[in-house]
Amino acid sequence: MEHHLNLVHNIPFFSIFFAMFCGIITPLIKNGRTARRLHGFMVLLIGALSVVLLVNVTQNGEAFTFMMGHFPAPWGNELRVGPLEALLAVLVSVVMFLTITGGSDIIFKEIVPEKQNLYFIMLNATFGAMLAMTYTNDIFTGYVFIEILTIASCTLILAKGTKQSIVGTTHYLVFGCMGSGLFLLGVCILYGITGHLLFPQIKEGVAALMATGDYHFALMIVVSLMFVGLGIKSALFPFHSALPTAYGSTMTTSSGILSGLVLKAYVILAIKLTFEVFTVQTLVELKIADVMFVLGVLGMVMGSVYAVRESRMKRMLAYSSVAQIGYIFMGIGLGSVAGMLAACFHVFAHAVTKSMLFVCCGAFIEDAGGKEQLENLKGAAHRNPLAGIGFTVGALSMIGVPLFAGFISKLYFAMAAVEMTGPRLVLVLAALAISMILNAMYFLPSVIAIWTRPKEDGEGASKRAQISSTFALAMVLFIVVNLVLGIGYRPFIDVMKLGIELIQMTL
Amino acid sequence: MSENKSFWQRLKSWIDGEEILIDADKYISTRERKERVSYEKAVSMERLRSNSTLYRVLCVAITVIFIAVMLRVVIDLPMFGDPNGVTVNEVGQRYLEQGIEETGAINFVAGMILDYRAFDTFGESNVLFMAVIAVLMLLQRDKKNTSAAEDQEMAEDEVFDSQDSKLILKKGAKCLAPVVILYGIYVVLNGHLSPGGGFSGGSIIGAGLILYSAANGQKKMQTFFTIKTLTRISVACLLTYCGCKSYSFFTGANHVGWEIPKGTPGAILSSGFILPLNICVGLVVACTMYGFYALFTKGEV
Repeated sequence: MEHHLNLVHNIPFFSIFFAMFCGIITPLIKNGRTARRLHGFMVLLIGALSVVLLVNVTQNGEAFTFMMGHFPAPWGNELRVGPLEALLAVLVSVVMFLTITGGSDIIFKEIVPEKQNLYFIMLNATFGAMLAMTYTNDIFTGYVFIEILTIASCTLILAKGTKQSIVGTTHYLVFGCMGSGLFLLGVCILYGITGHLLFPQIKEGVAALMATGDYHFALMIVVSLMFVGLGIKSALFPFHSALPTAYGSTMTTSSGILSGLVLKAYVILAIKLTFEVFTVQTLVELKIADVMFVLGVLGMVMGSVYAVRESRMKRMLAYSSVAQIGYIFMGIGLGSVAGMLAACFHVFAHAVTKSMLFVCCGAFIEDAGGKEQLENLKGAAHRNPLAGIGFTVGALSMIGVPLFAGFISKLYFAMAAVEMTGPRLVLVLAALAISMILNAMYFLPSVIAIWTRPKEDGEGASKRAQISSTFALAMVLFIVVNLVLGIGYRPFIDVMKLGIELIQMTL
Repeated sequence: MSENKSFWQRLKSWIDGEEILIDADKYISTRERKERVSYEKAVSMERLRSNSTLYRVLCVAITVIFIAVMLRVVIDLPMFGDPNGVTVNEVGQRYLEQGIEETGAINFVAGMILDYRAFDTFGESNVLFMAVIAVLMLLQRDKKNTSAAEDQEMAEDEVFDSQDSKLILKKGAKCLAPVVILYGIYVVLNGHLSPGGGFSGGSIIGAGLILYSAANGQKKMQTFFTIKTLTRISVACLLTYCGCKSYSFFTGANHVGWEIPKGTPGAILSSGFILPLNICVGLVVACTMYGFYALFTKGEV
């Protein structure tokens, strides 16, 4: 066995440890602004390294495992990295950086000064945990970092310190614990019937069980527990009710991170489990794929229906997230590679778009003096034109207008549906059409409202708000990223295809 | 005066985010006034009670179904410790047969959690740290979450505390706390040799600190253990953990060599990084336990 030092292969390990290191060291920094600078530096560095990693694995067309310590696979922990994982790490870094850059004014305004550094500990931990969940090749490591992510995301909601935010956190915590609990139960039973915790070994075990038909019922329960657990954590339709309360009650910066990235981390874990542990075929045979498909389709429609009825912007965006998560689970539930590809792309499109929408929404509410009813936000875009343009781009992307990221994912969902036959084809196309109309029904009114000058033009109503340079930078980059995903989507799709192929091959 | 809005007007008001009212006057005269629901009222007991029968029935039904399904699964599963079960495989075999040689720890559990699967344990100690930071964020007294009434209550508490002699408690704690803490230190230090280790030893030390603080009051405790001490100890321990494991993951994964000497199994200074890691985990756990206690009782450490 010839081994040589390949520094690029150390990037995932370094990213996770550096993020956690920054989280651990932040309590020593008393000043919130310094903590923010450290956080920004960390995210930029890891983002740049992830790009290097991505270029490297894509050029070589390889996926590799990284041994965490001296002991090989079934005995020690392991990371697994392929093009898909590297691309996800880049996405997480970019969205994290832009959201915090765009929303940092709100952080410093809402949180009491002596607790600002604690907020950045949680952001660093969230970032590290999301990276670990993306890279892990071990189911128990996955669970441990789910725990970190749960605690950190609850604290992000809590940070505002108002009574509402505590109520929101409680809702979020109850649902979060429920999801983690079911997932852990699934892990325990899975260990009991396969005897392993690492993905490749469990995959062998599950394949053997499926072939012999042993423990069929237990396996079915395991798969349901784990996917329902992850579904609860990522706010899949009937388990979504904590989301609007939580997002509505906290700072928009936290909501942007939680909706854009944290929900996605659980989805990414579900996608990894689908390919690397259970295989698509097993999910189809055990009918779990059907359940996810139906819940996804219901979520797409119901999330939008709730959003149409909502008159507060933050809650509307939260319900919109429920609908978009529905899209992703529908893609997974299709049980085909094309469906999974569309789901992966939608993870990207939604992460980029929804964080931008939340950041813009934060700016509007700030300018309106804390009022978040849609009618109070009338003319908000004239006060802050950049946020107005950002919100418009985001809304168009979510509706699925060409040139923007959301259109491409809807295109790929439709293409995945065309491969299907019978009721699935009809259901997907109908759900796509209905959900698109509903999206337009709640996004367009808010876009029109923010661009309409209020009739009684009192003083201050259309006064220009101060646009900070960091906000401007973040907003321009957000719009550019959205357009890049919407126009130059080819390379992204190619990398995802390569990643999915490589994930399927490994056993 | 009946108000017949045209389609266009209705669309316009809907776009503006206003409520659409058909026959608005009639609606206004007959509507039942909804109370504005504030967040505090939203969780009021009356609203919960109004659905209590439904909740009870659903709770019982869901629990019964869940228990039935889980029992059915358990019947299927292999018996615990069954030599033919799948969990008795090459993984456990290597931990038991080569564990002492490969990790230097006589306590196989310590060898497993701090060497074979040290990455998971790194995550677990971070969970504890995150939890204490989260509680700090929630409960540490600042201008947003305290009121004058609470401040007064705290001051009164302190007066009562200082007046009360609590002789038996104080003497008892004075005798007991050092022994408890010493025992905790023993369990931590012998983590690689006997059952125990950082998590169990740390909680014993934490219990000792809580006992001391409960008997002598937080003022006395603050003479040697403040929030500064707590964060410094936790941060230092986690950084040590992070550093040690970064070293061993980096060297291990890249096959650099430079392994830490394992020492003689059974000696107190043996088993490479396991002893320092146990100390780190133990201190983090102790700080977390005491931090929870202090923050939940007084809102400050």
